[in-house]
Amino acid sequence: MTDISVTVNGKRYDVSDVEPRLLLSDLLRDTLGFTGTHVGCEHGVCGACTVLVNGDSARSCLMLAVQANGAEIVTVEGLGSPEQLNVLQSQFREHHGLQCGFCTPGMLMTGEDMLRKYPLATDEDIREGLSGNLCRCTGYQNIVAAIRSAAALRSEKKP
Amino acid sequence: MKPAKFDYVLPATLDAAIEALVASNGEGKVLAGGQSLLPLLNFRMARPAVLVDLNGIKGLSYIEERGDRIAIGALTRHRDLEHSPLVASRLPVMSAAMRHVAHLAIRNRGTIGGSLSHADPAAELPMLSAFYDARISVQGPAGRRTIAAEEFFVDALTNCLEPSEIVVEIEFPVLDHDGWAFEEVARRFGDFALASIAVSVRRAQSGLKDARIAVMGVADTPLRLREAEQELVAMELNDRTPDRFSEIVVSKVSPNDDLHASAAYRRHLLAQLSRRALKTALAATERAP
Repeated sequence: MTDISVTVNGKRYDVSDVEPRLLLSDLLRDTLGFTGTHVGCEHGVCGACTVLVNGDSARSCLMLAVQANGAEIVTVEGLGSPEQLNVLQSQFREHHGLQCGFCTPGMLMTGEDMLRKYPLATDEDIREGLSGNLCRCTGYQNIVAAIRSAAALRSEKKP
Repeated sequence: MKPAKFDYVLPATLDAAIEALVASNGEGKVLAGGQSLLPLLNFRMARPAVLVDLNGIKGLSYIEERGDRIAIGALTRHRDLEHSPLVASRLPVMSAAMRHVAHLAIRNRGTIGGSLSHADPAAELPMLSAFYDARISVQGPAGRRTIAAEEFFVDALTNCLEPSEIVVEIEFPVLDHDGWAFEEVARRFGDFALASIAVSVRRAQSGLKDARIAVMGVADTPLRLREAEQELVAMELNDRTPDRFSEIVVSKVSPNDDLHASAAYRRHLLAQLSRRALKTALAATERAP
């Protein structure tokens, strides 16, 4: 059993007696109540549980909670609020980038990382970036459109 | 599913990590990026008694130029290789292949030492190690030794490490070539390759002075095709060369049928990719200064 301290969406949490086999996804959902992080396949294929760890996207089902000791985590709850969506969230709403919504948190967290790391000049780049996230409603068209639009808004903002 | 119970240690030094592995009596597993190990733990296909996490050890993540070699620390993440200007200029085939390594979130966590140790026959980094004739340095209770990449991979998901040895560094010799290509087909972008080829060549006055070829997805380990390299260098370059080359490459492999693709389909893919790769590599030599 280990004591850990993690920062989630800007707030620090001290958690004691963490079992080494506890997955980060379960720490976030069950211990800390951030149920926006969805658990789909639990072996790193579907991407639904993607969160940002120290600014980089990571599958929270492929990390142990103890490995997040000292890390800064952002979950979908940290992106915006229902009253104030962030740019990517507002574009998902604008383009109807979801159907059932199960994959959406993972799509948003991956989208955030993609927007930061890649120019996303073409739809092919966007689809390549999203290749690790599954949407079983197969609503990819609108997800791609939402990210394309967010990338365009981002480059407009840059001088 | 969730992993079975295990003890977790986070050593601060390599020596302490090796000690922990020795103390585990063969029941220990090394955790680096966790992108291959965690799925195995979650499925309970691996049930180690002790997990030795290398992430507390400083100084295992670096990309350094050492003369005509590039040295890479075992804990270097895939995304660092993908975005490294040094890798792009000195190991261009690796640089091109990195975006095919799994998906963004996995590249952020996965490490080169982990990927080599996992030894998936359809993973890019093991193939690149064979392609570049990399030297893999490992450390264990008996000290350090260096293993050639082609000897390191023994079988599918099997390397030649002793139970308490850890990969610490990989040295990649830089190729003095002027044209190269990397081609891969996977069912979904970023998935393991159904077939892939890396080709690099050095042009001479007529024909080629040197060639390097490696393939994956068509055997239980990545393969460097040394015979095909010699045959390519001996060939006269003309319009028929890419077709002839693709026949040679396919003649050197004997893939198996599996869930993902039939042997015939893998051969078909490899033939197409070989032709395309050689055309790209030769075209690049014509543009080279």
